[in-house]
Parts: sequence; structure tokens; C-alpha cells
Amino acid sequence: MASPAATRPAPQDEPLVSIDGLSVDFATPRGTIHALRNIDLEVPRGKVLGLVGESGCGKSTLAYSLIGLLSENARIAGGAIRMDGHDLARLGPRAWRDLRGQRISMIFQDPMTALNPVTTIGRQMMDIQYRDPGTRAQKRARAIEFLEQVQLPDAASKLDVYPHQLSGGMRQRVCIAMALLTRPDLLIADEPTTALDATLEMQIVTLLRELQEKFGCSVLFVSHHLGTVAELCDEVAVMYAGEVVERGAVAEVFNAPRHPYTQALFDCDPARIRVATRHLPTIPGTLPDLRQPPRGCAFRARCGKAFARCEVEHPPLYPAAPGQDARCHLVDPAEDAS
Amino acid sequence: MLLYAFQRFGLSVVIVMVAVSILTLMLHVVPGDPAVMILGPRATPELIEQTRVAMGLDRPLPVQIVTFFGNILRGDLGQDVFTGRSVSRIVFEQLPYTLILISVSILWAATLGIALGCYSALRRNTWLDTLTGVISVGTISIPAFVMALYSVLVFAVWLRWLPAIGAGEGFWDGIRHLILPSFAIGISWVGYVARIVRASMLEVMGQPHVRMARAYGLPDELITRSHILKIAVQPAVTLIGTGVAHLFSAAVFVEAIFARPGIGALIVQAVNERNYPIVLGAVLVTTGIIVLATLVSDLVIAWLDPRQREEL
Ligand SMILES: Nc1ncnc2c1ncn2[C@@H]1O[C@H](COP(=O)(O)OP(=O)(O)OP(=O)(O)O)[C@@H](O)[C@H]1O
Ligand SMILES: [Mg+2]
Repeated sequence: MASPAATRPAPQDEPLVSIDGLSVDFATPRGTIHALRNIDLEVPRGKVLGLVGESGCGKSTLAYSLIGLLSENARIAGGAIRMDGHDLARLGPRAWRDLRGQRISMIFQDPMTALNPVTTIGRQMMDIQYRDPGTRAQKRARAIEFLEQVQLPDAASKLDVYPHQLSGGMRQRVCIAMALLTRPDLLIADEPTTALDATLEMQIVTLLRELQEKFGCSVLFVSHHLGTVAELCDEVAVMYAGEVVERGAVAEVFNAPRHPYTQALFDCDPARIRVATRHLPTIPGTLPDLRQPPRGCAFRARCGKAFARCEVEHPPLYPAAPGQDARCHLVDPAEDAS
Repeated sequence: MLLYAFQRFGLSVVIVMVAVSILTLMLHVVPGDPAVMILGPRATPELIEQTRVAMGLDRPLPVQIVTFFGNILRGDLGQDVFTGRSVSRIVFEQLPYTLILISVSILWAATLGIALGCYSALRRNTWLDTLTGVISVGTISIPAFVMALYSVLVFAVWLRWLPAIGAGEGFWDGIRHLILPSFAIGISWVGYVARIVRASMLEVMGQPHVRMARAYGLPDELITRSHILKIAVQPAVTLIGTGVAHLFSAAVFVEAIFARPGIGALIVQAVNERNYPIVLGAVLVTTGIIVLATLVSDLVIAWLDPRQREEL
């Protein structure tokens, strides 16, 4: 069997990664948390897939399972993550190490803590090139080249500084430079702008978009900021309580959200509220207990449109429009007929 | 970094000066007039008075302290009251024995402790981790002199493998004589260092930058060395730096038990005889070394961790 690190030419319309029925459990002293249940999702080649949903719905868990960095108490309970004919869900530690920093790399949420505080930026950028046969000077030059790509002023001089000497925005640029330097096929970004202020957030998002187009990699962009997703992503998946409840092209989903949860999410987005109010609207209720996910629809308890069927039958992902699916019985064509 | 080093050095000098002042004060509080001790119980009051003047004990305390500082700056620690030999010569004759003893003790103990702590953290909950844990806790609570007594009993008296007395002649013999005392002093440090390294390794291993290093598929060895250990070893460095004082006090007992020459033995003897200048000189030099050790450990940490350099 060939190493998964070796690229296999693939038709352009085939997705880079396809996740089939992925389930992830966390073992905790107070019971097993079923954090991801039956995730079906495709990361398209050369495009940006956004992942949205409220806190605790499993976005990071999904992102980490795509790079094999789930915490020690996590277990992949079922399903497959296919990439070029390999199942990443069954990869051993060695095979994972070959993939990471070559075909898959990641940008983390908090740039303040993501970089090694006791090593210079240059050293860290050269360390991640440890597989390349080039000389030190070549690796250094490459590091400078990518710091320039992320528009870091005076890039060459940044190699000798330590992370704490840079601002948050600069550090996140360094992280992006590092992630792109390895020329990955898949770049995972777990809320890369959440720790930054609004102006910086926009700059980083614009930068990511430009660089993604330039390098043509696929990006999985995790965010709970709908505005950034609209700006950056081609496709979007909405998650709720460990499930994908709606997925489709950004234009489609944002114009005509079909799942009541997606609709509620948009109603609560401060950027979309037209009428001035004193209170930010929120979705009433809380996430269900992930130790015992409800039998019917997971969103039922908080849904204004719930009806008898939602109580007993778990909705599958119904096709709602071309290229758009929603996990809601209201979208079921049979429901319309009756 | 250089500025930081200078600041730290200045601070150290101040600490030594304060320590010496306190020490001089304390010697005066301890009962027993040094002049009486030297001359014996049958000395005439005139003779005692004369000696007191000669030793400068008649002058006010602040004056004594200032004079003493002046002398130190000239490298003069006074004379042994019995033999009239230079105190600095006596102290520096004995110092190497103690320095070698405590450096060897802490060196093997720290190396083994860091290795064990590191291994325990990386292979958590294996039998070696559990064993290290149990042995660590066990040895931490045993004082060096108890360890010294038992090691003499077992290895020197029963098994007759190693010598129990003196410092030995020549290099190899010297090393043979070092084994038991440095074992006695070092053993509890193995546990200390292993525990503290294990705990801080586990903490650092959970930090985001380690996860990021994994996300780039860096080799485990590189991650352990430059992402984890470089940070996790810092508490151990501080512990050892401040622990040099404990090492000296352990050396006092251990040198007595093994009848080794050294600063510890010198101080014990001088205190018994109220040999005031030698006590003062020996303690001054020890204090200097202790402060120097703290300084070195701070500088090592600043060298390891750039975030520590800008403080102060
Ligand atoms: N290591 C873990 N052990 C136990 N439970 C975990 C662990 N990591 C995550 N969880 C649980 O799994 C669920 C999903 O968490 P996850 O971090 O993926 O959410 P998220 O969507 O990324 O949230 P956020 O927006 O706050 O980052 C949560 O209920 C969380 O409590
Ligand atoms: Mg998250």
C-alpha cells in the first residue's frame, strides 16, 4: 500500500476529503460524550468550506479529527475519513505524522499561545521544513518568502524575534505563513480570527482568501462569525449538537436557509439585524446533553416549528435544493405532499 | 540579556552585603565572648581587654561591620585567632573539597532526576512511572545524614565495597571516596527533581504550541526537547539554584560522618572553638557561593526562556 503522504492525481470534481458517517466519543468521568454523530461531509478540492454552529456543537472536534489531533480521551466510534483512497480514521501514528505538515496543516484559534514561546520565529519556520533536503540558507530564504506572502512588514528581521515580541495579528500572520509554507492540500483553520479584534479579523480573512486562491489549497474554515464565512467560504456546513444540520453553497444557504436552526442563527446575527433593539436576540434553550442525544430531532426542544414527527423520528439530511441539504422533516418532500 | 545579567549581578552583591551584616550581628548575640574563648577561663581581665581591642571587638557594631566590608574588598578575611594563619587561605584550602562533593552530588542527581521525570511524563501510568513515583516520595523524606549513616553501614561496613573515611589520595581514589557521600546527598534530589520535572512536563505537554508542533508532524524527539523540556525544566533549575544552601547544610553533616575535609567540617570545628574570624570567613564565602548559584540559575532560565529576560 502506498503511503497516504504520496499524492495521487485525482479528477478535479472529486472532493479532496469525504467524511462518511464519522462519530467521535469522548470518555469522561461523568459518562461518554457523543460529540460527533454520523457526520457526512465533503471538503471540495481547491475551495473553502465553512463550518459554523454555536459553541460546543463539535466544530473543533471535527477539525481535529481531520488532522488526527483529537485529545487522548477521544475515540473514533465509527465512520471513515477518505482522502485519496485512504481512510484517515484508521491511520496509525507514523502515517499521521507523514501527512501532517505535508498534505494537511492547521492554523489555531489563539495566536498568542500557538507558537513556541522559547524559540525564534525563524527557528520554528525552519524546523517545520525538516523533511526538505535544502540547506539552512534555502530554508531561511523560504521562511522569509512566506512571511512576505502574509504581508508581514520587514520580514527578514522577524526571523530573529520571539513570539512574545510580536502583536496578536502579526503572530497569526506568522502562523498562516507557516501553514502555507508546507504547501498543504488541506488547510484547517479553527477560528483563526476569534482572538483578534474586528479590523484585524477582516485583514486576516482577506489575506486568507487571497492566499487560498493563489495556492489553490482546500480550506476548512471553522468560525461562529457568519459574516466572515460569507466573505471567505464557497460552501458551508451548519452544525448542531454534533450533527451537520444543513450544508450547501454559501450563496444558497445564506439566501434561503432551510433548517430552523440555521434560520435562528441568522436571526441572531448582530450584523443582520435591521431593526434597532436593546437586546441581542438569542436562540432560547440550550444544547441537549451530548451524553444522551435525544431520540428524534436534536433541535426539537428549541424549535418553534417542531411537530409530532420530530419527537420520534430522527431526520436524515433531505435534499432541499440542488446542492443544499437540511436535516429537517419540514424539508421532506413527503411532508409537503401530506 | 547582558543588561539583565548586570542587574541580576548588582542585586546579588546587595544580598551578600545584607547577609554578612546580619551574620555579624548574630555572632554577637550568641553567648560566649570570643576573646574569653581564645584566652581560656583563667585569663586576666586586662589581657581579655587587650585581645578584644586587637580583634576590634571593642568598637561599636556598625564600625565593625564597615571595617569588615573594607577588609573583604581587599580580600582579607582576618586571621585565625589560634594559629594566626590567613582565614581566606584556610577557607579556600577547604572549599574545593566541598564544592566537588556538592557539584558531583547535584550533577548526578539532577541528570537522573530530569531523565526519570521526563520519562515518567512521556510514559504516564507505566510501571516505571509508578515505581519512580513511589521511590521519589520515599527518598524525598529521608535526610542526607540518615542516608549517609546507612550507606556507610551497608557499603563500607558490611559489604566493604567502598571506603567510608576521608577524601582519598589521587584522582581514582578520590572518586571512590566521593561515591558514598555524593550518593547520600544526591539521592533525595533525584526524587525532588523527577517529581517537579514530571509535573511541569505534563503541564507543558497540554499547551497549544505543543499541539501545533504535532500538527506539523515534527519528530517526537524535537518536540520533547525544544517545545516541552526547554520550558518544563525551568522549575527544576530554580529548585536546584535555591537548593544550593540545602546542599551546603547537607554537606556539613555528611562531611562529619565521612570525616571528609571541607567547609562543613571547618565550620563545625570553628563554631565549637568560637573561632570567630574563621566562622565569619567560611560563612561569608558560602553565602557568596549560594547567592552566586541563585544568580546562575536565574541566568540559565533567562537563557532558556526569552520571556524571562525582560523582567526586573
Ligand atoms: N477532550 C474532551 N473531553 C471531553 N469532552 C470534550 C473534549 N473536547 C470537547 N469535548 C466536548 O465535545 C463537545 C464539542 O466540543 P468542541 O470543542 O468540538 O466544540 P466547538 O464547536 O469547537 O465549540 P467552540 O465554539 O466553543 O470552540 C462539547 O460538548 C465539549 O464539551
Ligand atoms: Mg472550538
